[in-house]
Amino acid sequence: MKKFKSLAIMFTFVLVMGVLAACGGGNDNSSNGNGGEEGSSEAVSGSIIVGGSSALQPLAAAAVEQFQQNNPDAQIDVQGGGSGTGLSEVAAGNFDIGNADYFAESKEGIEASELVDHKVAVVGMTAAVNAEAGVTDISKEDLIKVFTGEVTNWKDVGGEDMEIQLVNRPDGSGTRATFNEFGLDGATPAEGITEDSSNTVKKIVNDTPGAVGYLAFSYFDDSDSNVKKMAIDGVEATDENVKTGDFPIWAYEHMYTKGEPEGLEKAFLDYMMSDEIQTSLVPEQGYIAASEMKVERDAEGNQSDL
Amino acid sequence: MSNSNYSSTSSSTHRLIKNKNGSVKRNELRGKVVVYSCAVLIIIATIAITLFLTIKGLQSFIVNGVNVGEFLTGLTWSPSGEGDVAYGAFPFIFGSFSVTFLAALFAAPLGIGSAIFMTEIAKTWGQKVLQPVIEILVGIPSVVYGLIGLTVIVPLIREHSSGIGFSLLAGMIVVGVMILPTVTSISADALKSIPQDIKDASYGLGATRWQTIYKVILPAAMPSLATAVVLGMARAFGEALAVQMVIGNSKALPESITDQAATLTSIITLSMGHTTYGSLHNNLLWSLGLILLVMSYVFIIIIRFISSRRKV
Repeated sequence: MKKFKSLAIMFTFVLVMGVLAACGGGNDNSSNGNGGEEGSSEAVSGSIIVGGSSALQPLAAAAVEQFQQNNPDAQIDVQGGGSGTGLSEVAAGNFDIGNADYFAESKEGIEASELVDHKVAVVGMTAAVNAEAGVTDISKEDLIKVFTGEVTNWKDVGGEDMEIQLVNRPDGSGTRATFNEFGLDGATPAEGITEDSSNTVKKIVNDTPGAVGYLAFSYFDDSDSNVKKMAIDGVEATDENVKTGDFPIWAYEHMYTKGEPEGLEKAFLDYMMSDEIQTSLVPEQGYIAASEMKVERDAEGNQSDL
Repeated sequence: MSNSNYSSTSSSTHRLIKNKNGSVKRNELRGKVVVYSCAVLIIIATIAITLFLTIKGLQSFIVNGVNVGEFLTGLTWSPSGEGDVAYGAFPFIFGSFSVTFLAALFAAPLGIGSAIFMTEIAKTWGQKVLQPVIEILVGIPSVVYGLIGLTVIVPLIREHSSGIGFSLLAGMIVVGVMILPTVTSISADALKSIPQDIKDASYGLGATRWQTIYKVILPAAMPSLATAVVLGMARAFGEALAVQMVIGNSKALPESITDQAATLTSIITLSMGHTTYGSLHNNLLWSLGLILLVMSYVFIIIIRFISSRRKV
């Protein structure tokens, strides 16, 4: 009987705990960071959650790793979930820092005035094309024709006689929004395969003759014999050309906080913007340092020289 | 488990002798409370999920004023404000149903066939070898099916058709293989439950084994076999990950079986992380989820209806 009783009690306990845990959650993970006020050289402690954009996740994770080596008492959790999740959760107070590929102003349902924007990096993007298509330099006009389905064969834009296969990112994706706005001048791409991850897009472009998608610069490397960077209007898709504003398709990587950051949030964001990160980790991970940009952009997409 | 049962009965008889009935009654009550609370919890959870999903799913119609007819029959899906906002989910509803029915078409004959083999043709061998094989198939995670589909089936279709490989056909094959074990094991149980008398009577009349299977066993087991197929279809309808990996997720209606398509589940998993809570796009995804829930209720009703007509 004893055995049965303890089993029963344990079972009920587990059930109740499960229900309680499901009901709870929410607000108990807010920042309890301290320090910071005493000066940034002091080690800080506490725990915060950073999450959102999957494009920014690798950089954030790498930065957190280095940050924690200097501040062993600081507990920073890095999560993915997408830019929309990042913005929603930071606005709701569940994330302390919300990562996003786009301006909070561009999304409905987010009180952008409550959020403070920290532009930690810039990422350049371009069309990624299968090598067999035979096109690696395209005019913007032709690029729009390719992606809107106006031309369906590469031979019409100076390539091989091969059907064009579009590989899109899903609606609401930051990469898609940026590419549409600055690569296609706001045109809506035609239907095609849609994949959620840039790695899958890369794999499909690599494997499928005539496929074309779009990727951040960091996804291209020299070993990809089949995935080629597309130059637009004769401008090579390089970090340098993005910095000078000559290459049009790029976006900020944002870290949003609800209200001005304090404590551990501030310490971490200061660390993200420090030269230590901006000149080493940021380029290593394939991003462009925000401090090196010679142009800037506002939430409406207007570009101006710095 | 049986061990603890045994000890509980032995100790309660022991106590029965010692102090009449007080503690026995208390034990009875305790057991009742535990079992009842389990049942109530599950019912509450089901109702809560249904309510939550219904409220969330109706937001887009109530708050955002989306037209239900347009949502169910429209052909263009562009909820995040690229160009004109459109919210026609018909291509996904169509995609989900095509994948489900095609997968059932693929899995039903194979599943029922191997169930017959297992229960009627090669009883010992079939159950020793085929049964474990099917149990292993059940245990393989769907992402693995998706990966195999992506690396084997998609290139195969690409080579043998004009398309790009990512297609309704690939989704159908992957999901078909996934639901095969469900269909097989439930069919096998159904066939096993056919009374031996019926078979003996058939043999006694001089029927051959095949005649017995075809004219006696299959008709007798038909409602249960149908249940097996519908259960498989319910699983196919809700499958997200493996389908998303191979179907191509194109928002346009597929023109042929080798064309890309999208399902309700694949659109939800693709877009959910990119939307902000409370936005039209997010609410529309919840509405897609509501369609999935309604469909799973429909599948359950169908299964109930079929099993109520069971003859054996």
